[in-house]
Amino acid sequence: MALAIVDSCVNCWACLPVCPNQAIQAAAPPDLPHFSIDAMACSECLGDYARPQCAEICPVEGAIVDELGDALNPPGSLLGLSPAQWQDVQQRCVQQGNPQQDTTQRANTSAARGETP
Amino acid sequence: MELPVTAPPTPTGGCSAQGCGSSERQQAGLPDDIRRRVQDHPCYSEEAHHHFARMHAAVAPACNIQCHYCNRKYDCANESRPGVVSEVLTPEQAVRKTLVVAAAIPQMSVLGIAGPGDPLANPERVFATFRDLAAKAPDIKLCVSTNGLALPEHVDELARHNIEHVTITINCVDPDIGAQIYPWIFWQHRRVFGREAAAILIEQQQKGLEMLVARGILVKVNSVLIPGVNDRHLRDVSRIVKAKGAFLHNVMPLISAPEHGTFYGLSGQRGPTPAELQAVQDDCEGNMNMMRHCRQCRADAVGLLGEDRGAEFTREKIDAMLIDEEFTRAALARRVEMRQRIDAERQARAQERSAQATGKAGGIVSPCGTATPASSQHVITLHRPARSCVVAPPPGRPVRMAVAAKGGRVAVHFGHAREFLVYEASADGARLIGHRQTDLYCSGDDSCGDAASVLSRTIAALAGCEVVLCAKIGFEPWSKLEAAGITPNGEHALEDAAAAVMAVWHEMLAAGRLAASADDTRRSA
Ligand code: SF4
Ligand code: SF4
Ligand code: SF4
Repeated sequence: MALAIVDSCVNCWACLPVCPNQAIQAAAPPDLPHFSIDAMACSECLGDYARPQCAEICPVEGAIVDELGDALNPPGSLLGLSPAQWQDVQQRCVQQGNPQQDTTQRANTSAARGETP
Repeated sequence: MELPVTAPPTPTGGCSAQGCGSSERQQAGLPDDIRRRVQDHPCYSEEAHHHFARMHAAVAPACNIQCHYCNRKYDCANESRPGVVSEVLTPEQAVRKTLVVAAAIPQMSVLGIAGPGDPLANPERVFATFRDLAAKAPDIKLCVSTNGLALPEHVDELARHNIEHVTITINCVDPDIGAQIYPWIFWQHRRVFGREAAAILIEQQQKGLEMLVARGILVKVNSVLIPGVNDRHLRDVSRIVKAKGAFLHNVMPLISAPEHGTFYGLSGQRGPTPAELQAVQDDCEGNMNMMRHCRQCRADAVGLLGEDRGAEFTREKIDAMLIDEEFTRAALARRVEMRQRIDAERQARAQERSAQATGKAGGIVSPCGTATPASSQHVITLHRPARSCVVAPPPGRPVRMAVAAKGGRVAVHFGHAREFLVYEASADGARLIGHRQTDLYCSGDDSCGDAASVLSRTIAALAGCEVVLCAKIGFEPWSKLEAAGITPNGEHALEDAAAAVMAVWHEMLAAGRLAASADDTRRSA
């Protein structure tokens, strides 16, 4: 039994240091575009903690799934954003060729003007 | 067309961050030992940021809480600009990079670890970096920024590593407000939500603050101003953290847009306007406004404040370099020499400034016609003149002025200024109250539209200022500025920014333009 990380992972690293079994591997694009769990090493934290640690700290809904493919943090469970809003986020992230420049500038523009986005 | 008002701007000193110059005032409220400890720190000492460089090393990727203004795809929004991604370094890479940078930029005085996540959620990586660097470059000061959740358990380790400064981001002291900012935290191996989470976080932050102060480590508190959520509350935060011994409270604006994919961005939470921000900063910082030059740097920023030379130090370059004892020793010697030079220059500047304040900036002319030197306005006239003069001379209302500055001097062409320093001039002197960035309004790309709208955005950025000082200005912006009620002034090119602002203020005072109450102008601005 093991958990798995799917491609909605944002490579935030949060899960890696909390795994009691060092079962989590960092992303290494292009071969490993996102973090992943070594199924052989993952115990779902049984014997160590009451809950799977990676799923407890992961900030992204749906990024960690069990063997049936069910999300441990289903949509709406963490941020209170609706699934439609989340989809919107994911799409924007994919669309952005260069997220750094792009978003900083636009964000700063509206923030500095005090606009309501 | 260029108006021939001044000499062309000449580059000074290498400080691309803008100049300010009134550090004695800025730090006036601080005890001597703290002042001594912050005077070479570019982020804490407004004057030092012209001279000293800092770098951030992105060794700490993981985070243990969720803030509503962060989507975790990008760097920690508490400490850096939202929407930025830094390349995560291993501790070994971070130390190599620091050594290379500190060899290339001898002004380097501080290594900060501020992310891209929370340093104390990555304690092994962070402390390994500090341990190694302390052995190889003992003169580099170390500092850390944290959300505070894991602070109490690490305070002793921080003290062992001689960490001089810690920044804690504290947005609230009330769990009900906290619940609107932090949806959850990771605490003792489980996720805790809502008010309970906020209560734990607040308790840990406050405890960490107290423990640091007890160990003599300087604590700065950062707060993100979130209109409608904590804007009125930050006054209480400020009072409490200062009472507990934080030496500085820095209020930063929420930067929020749907593109960030943050809860706030998507739910339409806006950031503060420059005026809202300034009002809260005035409330919270009082006279210790040392952080008004804070640029919310990114987690891998390198160089003097306001510039980022990170791109010069690519990983390939650093990996290819031979870093042996000889290398680190030579670099250390260069830094020591540089520090001596900077000390000498700072002393010279301080003298120049006091000379300008007494001489050039002129004096206040009292109603009876006796001129009082600006620097000695507090001196009471000895021979009592006629009755009308017993009343103190009208002090003149405070005036906000923007300066297109470089290296602490009025040295930038209006059209080239990417940033303006905003001073408030009054009988008490020139106080830096903030900086306005024009690239926040214009990215220079197509989305910006034509030059005319760029100009009108720049003018919008200067809202609330009555005068703008620059080295040179074109005809069109001159008229547009005047039409907007902002007087362009090109008569103080290359002068010290703060002294020039005071000179203009005294001219306005002498011309009788400063009679109205300050509040009227500020409100109409
Ligand atoms: S469930 Fe536990 S053991 Fe498995 S990867 Fe996550 S943290 Fe590691
Ligand atoms: S915590 Fe979640 S989003 Fe972050 S790296 Fe791990 S799986 Fe990916
Ligand atoms: S502490 Fe920093 S990295 Fe963590 S959620 Fe808040 S803003 Fe993001």
